[in-house]
Amino acid sequence: MLKEYLSIKEIVGPLLLVEGVEGAKYGELVEVEFPDGSLGLGNVLEVEEDKVLLQSFESTRGMNTTQTRVRFTGKGIELGVSRDLLGRTFDGLGRPIDGGPRILPDKRLDIYGNPINPYARDYPTDFIQTGISSIDGLNPLVRGQKLPIFSASGLPHSRIAAQIARQAGVLGRQEEFAVVFGAMGITFEEADYFIEDFRNTAAIERSVLFINLADDPAIERIATPRMALTAAEYLAYELNMHVLVILTDMTYYCEALREISAARKEVPGRRGYPGYLYTDLATIYERAGRIKEASGSITQIPVLSMPDDDKTHPIPDLTGYITEGQIILSRELHRRGIYPPIDVLPSLSRLKEKGIGEGKTREDHSALSNQLFSAYARGKEVKELQVILGEAALTPEDRLYSSFTDEFEDRFIRQGEHEDRSIEETLGIGWDLLKILPRSELKRVKEEQIARYMGTEGGPA
Amino acid sequence: MSEGVVVKVAGPLVVARGLQDPKMYDLVKVGTERLMGEIIELRGDRASIQVYEETAGMGPGDEVVSTGEPLSVELGPGLLGSIYDGVQRPLDVIRKKHGNYIARGVEEPGLDREKSWDFLAVAQEGDQVQPGDVLGTVQETSVILHKLMVPPGIAGRLAGISSGSFNVEQPVAVIEREGGQVEVTMLQRWPVRQSRVVATKLAPAEPLITGQRIIDTFFPIARGGTACVPGPFGSGKTVLQHAIAKWANAEIVVFVGCGERGNEMTDVLLEFPEITDPYTGRPLMERTLLIANTSNMPVAAREASIYTGITLAEYYRDMGYNVALQADSTSRWAEALREISGRLEEMPGEEGYPAYLGTRLAAFYERAGRAVCLGAERRQGSITAVGSVSPPGGDLSEPVTQATLRIVKVFWGLEDKLAFARHFPAINWLISYSLYRDKMEEFLRAEVDEEFPALMEEAMAILQREAELQEIVRLVGIEALSFQERLILETAKSLREDFLQQNAFDEADAFTSMRKQFLMLTAIMTLHRSSVQALERGGDIKDVLQAPVRADIATCKFIREEDLVQFDAIIARTREQLAVAPAAG
Ligand SMILES: Nc1ncnc2c1ncn2[C@@H]1O[C@H](COP(=O)(O)OP(=O)(O)O)[C@@H](O)[C@H]1O
Ligand SMILES: [Mg+2]
Repeated sequence: MLKEYLSIKEIVGPLLLVEGVEGAKYGELVEVEFPDGSLGLGNVLEVEEDKVLLQSFESTRGMNTTQTRVRFTGKGIELGVSRDLLGRTFDGLGRPIDGGPRILPDKRLDIYGNPINPYARDYPTDFIQTGISSIDGLNPLVRGQKLPIFSASGLPHSRIAAQIARQAGVLGRQEEFAVVFGAMGITFEEADYFIEDFRNTAAIERSVLFINLADDPAIERIATPRMALTAAEYLAYELNMHVLVILTDMTYYCEALREISAARKEVPGRRGYPGYLYTDLATIYERAGRIKEASGSITQIPVLSMPDDDKTHPIPDLTGYITEGQIILSRELHRRGIYPPIDVLPSLSRLKEKGIGEGKTREDHSALSNQLFSAYARGKEVKELQVILGEAALTPEDRLYSSFTDEFEDRFIRQGEHEDRSIEETLGIGWDLLKILPRSELKRVKEEQIARYMGTEGGPA
Repeated sequence: MSEGVVVKVAGPLVVARGLQDPKMYDLVKVGTERLMGEIIELRGDRASIQVYEETAGMGPGDEVVSTGEPLSVELGPGLLGSIYDGVQRPLDVIRKKHGNYIARGVEEPGLDREKSWDFLAVAQEGDQVQPGDVLGTVQETSVILHKLMVPPGIAGRLAGISSGSFNVEQPVAVIEREGGQVEVTMLQRWPVRQSRVVATKLAPAEPLITGQRIIDTFFPIARGGTACVPGPFGSGKTVLQHAIAKWANAEIVVFVGCGERGNEMTDVLLEFPEITDPYTGRPLMERTLLIANTSNMPVAAREASIYTGITLAEYYRDMGYNVALQADSTSRWAEALREISGRLEEMPGEEGYPAYLGTRLAAFYERAGRAVCLGAERRQGSITAVGSVSPPGGDLSEPVTQATLRIVKVFWGLEDKLAFARHFPAINWLISYSLYRDKMEEFLRAEVDEEFPALMEEAMAILQREAELQEIVRLVGIEALSFQERLILETAKSLREDFLQQNAFDEADAFTSMRKQFLMLTAIMTLHRSSVQALERGGDIKDVLQAPVRADIATCKFIREEDLVQFDAIIARTREQLAVAPAAG
């Protein structure tokens, strides 16, 4: 029997205070019945004696303190899982919205899960070829990694994420894989773009979608990424699939969290976000990874938009502190019509060293990428100097760096949205670009590598 | 034991009523799952408890039992090579018994009860013993001799002791003191929030050699010293901490992964058994102890983790070892403190941190240091503490960085600009400092070379001069510089690229001995001096800048430790090539 109460004392924003409750548990799922008979869900944020503070996942519009019923379910928030999740679309709380039948669950899993024992983890080492040079060549994605895209309004993060989902694969292997897509607060158009793209590439059969749109209840978003990850964990560790999880847009998720925190009158951290934002985000991002002896894995690509294009804003900042690198998009490159506008210098893949090299990609990959990075960094400095002092102030060497930079952006970074470059192609372009620079400047690559991959022809001495 | 009931649950904070005579920092067990917690506030008969595990599913009415004891760790053989969570639960054992996820309420002791150790008695029956005296030893790993010490607070006549094979709970000795006999086992306990007692504290006297060039040469850390590594994400804090854990000439390494990534602990677990310690020739894991309370694990246990870590470090220091303790990241510890403080509804200080942030941090770092340990042997040991700091947005003016800088003596300031250009370690040489430098210079003079400190200062002066010159170049272009000034830029570039930059992932580059550091610097500075002379004698700037020996110097870092004689040839070549620089024409 569910315990039911009609004793809501306060409704403040998304929060409800219920009194006279017996036996409520922290984190417990509640059902809220509105005066008009419609149903919503919520959960317990705090309980003291017989007073219970709830967050409502449904908008509190239309709720009152006299006729609204609250039922305590005695369990946490759960997702029913089975293989039939594949190919299905759900709302942000895991209810089907594709007109299909209800899922007959194999089991019901608590969406908060338990932390992975660090000792159970296996280190990610399998290079995933995304076919995008600025990722594969310089900031490679590795199976089991969490690698976010830091974007901003108006930048093509959705196209990039979709391109990765379309093209991603581990070299030389055919394995069962799936895509789990969690949308938080994005527009119908954006969500539709992904769905259509999945449909066109027949990826839809291997996908599970959880969709909370901009006009869906904001607080529901707090559950959405956890729904997605619970589904992903089931697919990865019980059905042995390699799962790619795309979560977009984490900024809206964080804003929902801030809304709750503000309604609770908690002491705010930076820019009004709660002090526990780091820990909260970690319980999402850390659910990526590989587990020893398990054949499945979870690779996460969270997408977030940086308010004001500001990387030091708490959302990208705390994300970067948790994830294993970041792919940062540049408005400047985008303005110049370069797709994908990936700002490679501040981008980073922390798992790069373990995922590339002999036997994985190619022996020269690491050295070449370091060389490209430092040459491009130097080139960007030269470009700045050029803006201030004019072309004439540049040394001959500076000029070479300047043209290297242009070519690098044009040939290495720029590519087609449907262009799927192999890692050999990517590295080949890299070596070709290095020919622009004097040999003596190539300090990060070995002589043997130069001889082998660049040949003797071309390039100033 | 006394029982009470839960009246409130708010995240990691639980309030209980009805506990009899609860004491601050007593360990309690909450609910049917017996989750571990610690009393952190008392008001009337309400005790606030920070719970070390996820509290979902708990509610008013659940029972609370106090153990009457403070949170303590188990000390004894078997610590090395282990991986524990923030409250010393063995994560390997937990996985074996309970699976891949850390379920709640799991209780496993820190030390294996079954395992037998060969105990070799050192003291003899009839000896008068006092705290810290060594009763006997156990070969804990092939490199570490574990010393069983008389526990603090116990002194008397050794009434019995026996060598042989024992598990940690079996008595190996009996001490007779006023009021009766005490049995001593290899298992001892110590409350984590209390520092272990030493005979006398000593000032640091020699460097901890880390094998990291920018540190050892320019910003050294002393054995028993304290240092911090602040930097934005991706600037290289963790890689640097790992490098120190790998290559420092400490005998014991305690690495505390405090609120950071799970995979970084996996990395250590997979890598350390494979890496050979350059000092002992044995796998690094044999001297290493890991505390892993990752970001997704409960925050209260994260708060406890650094105390668990430093207590274990103190235990090995007490045996007379030099211990390096690394906390990555202390900011996550501070955030845990802030979260709990917020739930207690304490008056927030700056950025929501509690007003006692600074004193807690200071108390933690104060547990580092060099000391004469308890015991008749008057062993000396040390704890060197290095804490990462993760300032939001990389802004060093934030409270945790500021509070830390007031305490520690070494500051390695990491910068994202350098990291973007893949200049690693991304330690900014213009803002970093070490207050141990003067003291360490004596050591360098005596142990490496009389010239070393002078050479280092000359090199640093060039790096500083470079920053000024670059400013001029930015404003008016390179043409404004004299040839001498251009030479300074060239040498500074070489110092940056060929000396300061050190690739932690390159086998030959990852570790550099003091001798090699000196030789590398000598090579670069010899080239500089010879170049200056060549210019003075009217040599052509182009020839000077294009001396072929520059290419040799660029690859110096890859010269193996056993091939250091190669430097003689490079230095000779330098003199030769610049001596014959053509006269002015
Ligand atoms: N000494 C180094 N040598 C080579 N690469 C480094 C070095 N230090 C840092 N890196 C690079 O920088 C990345 C981020 O370093 P990390 O220590 O994880 O940063 P933080 O802990 O400050 O966030 C690493 O994944 C690696 O690619
Ligand atoms: Mg780190």
